[in-house]
Amino acid sequence: MSRRTNAWLTGSLARAHPLTASARSITFAVPGWPGNDPGHHVDVRLTAPDGYQVVRSYSIASTGTGEEIELAIDRLPDGEVSPFLVDDLELGDTVELRGPLGGWFVWRPEQTQPVQLIAGGSGVVPFIAMTRAHASAGNSIPMQLLYSLRAPCDAFFRDELSQPSATAPTTWHYTRTVPPGWSRSAGRLTVKDLKSETLPPEQVPLTYICGPTGFVETVSRALISLGHAADNIRTERFGGI
Amino acid sequence: MNHLDGNVLAGPGMGLFAFDPTTTQCQCQSCADIATLGQAMVYGQPMGFVARCRYCDNVLVVIVEHAGQKSLNMRGLRWLRVGDEARNDRISAGD
Ligand SMILES: Cc1cc2nc3c(=O)[nH]c(=O)nc-3n(C[C@H](O)[C@H](O)[C@H](O)COP(=O)(O)OP(=O)(O)OC[C@H]3O[C@@H](n4cnc5c(N)ncnc54)[C@H](O)[C@@H]3O)c2cc1C
Ligand SMILES: [Zn+2]
Repeated sequence: MSRRTNAWLTGSLARAHPLTASARSITFAVPGWPGNDPGHHVDVRLTAPDGYQVVRSYSIASTGTGEEIELAIDRLPDGEVSPFLVDDLELGDTVELRGPLGGWFVWRPEQTQPVQLIAGGSGVVPFIAMTRAHASAGNSIPMQLLYSLRAPCDAFFRDELSQPSATAPTTWHYTRTVPPGWSRSAGRLTVKDLKSETLPPEQVPLTYICGPTGFVETVSRALISLGHAADNIRTERFGGI
Repeated sequence: MNHLDGNVLAGPGMGLFAFDPTTTQCQCQSCADIATLGQAMVYGQPMGFVARCRYCDNVLVVIVEHAGQKSLNMRGLRWLRVGDEARNDRISAGD
């Protein structure tokens, strides 16, 4: 029952590495962390010397029972918390954490429905945990990712998502800049793209959509127009427009 | 726009319930829609969280966390059903 307490745990930054020019992977050692399922998030609380506190939610890229959790944070230039986590937090620094949180957006290997993941930008983070869990469980349920990003240099975890051992294939979609030789032009995901690049309603997939609020909104509406049932779509809006 | 999903209430809801409220089903007092609380639309921060019905915008739940206290208002819910789904908040390794 320890998970149902009100307790904030202390996490100290154990490892960090840049993911893109604006994003960083940060791994915290969290004594007492009970483990988490893929899709869970954590609340991070920072306290200023004068006692002022801010809380933000972050998806967890790691999965399993260890006492370490990996987050992947994108810096919003005028943000209050994200620039600090990306640029200023140093190894050994501590933050307060509560979680794991949010069973609704979780994927569990014992689920039997085919899985379509659709990410916009940093919205790929919970799907990293899901594809990792899918690969390590040797799961045979179809799982695939459609990853929409501005430009090739904005990709989080590209090598990992492209590895031969990845059991969930990734379809890359670029909204502003495409790689050299790319067969399609840059542009936002359209209903037509979603129709050709995601599992069709006939397969009754469970579709998870994650990213900025506007992205999630547009994609979930498009999927419903394609014939997916609202209750087979799970969304995680990150905020923003 | 700019709203989040009911899922984000899991943190603020911790300690208020003996289960993860975001995986439970509930019914909107106003339009009778039945949904998982994780499907609600949440307008968040800095004052607190307001969860609204995905269909009719009715205010379902308000959670305010401030100065070490939490307050909870569930005026917009007809009921909240705690079933096996509430086990969803457990990790597979079990506890
Ligand atoms: C469940 C959940 C999981 C999340 N997981 C991640 C994650 O894995 N990685 C990650 O980088 N972020 C994630 N976020 C977003 C994160 O919680 C913060 O909103 C984000 O880091 C911005 O915080 P900030 O304090 O820097 O900006 P703020 O000071 O809160 O906001 C600065 C400005 O940016 C706008 N804004 C706020 N959030 C966003 C956004 N997400 N996108 C665009 N504009 C925004 C605001 O409206 C404001 O104008 C998640 C959010 C939720 C609800
Ligand atoms: Zn309603």
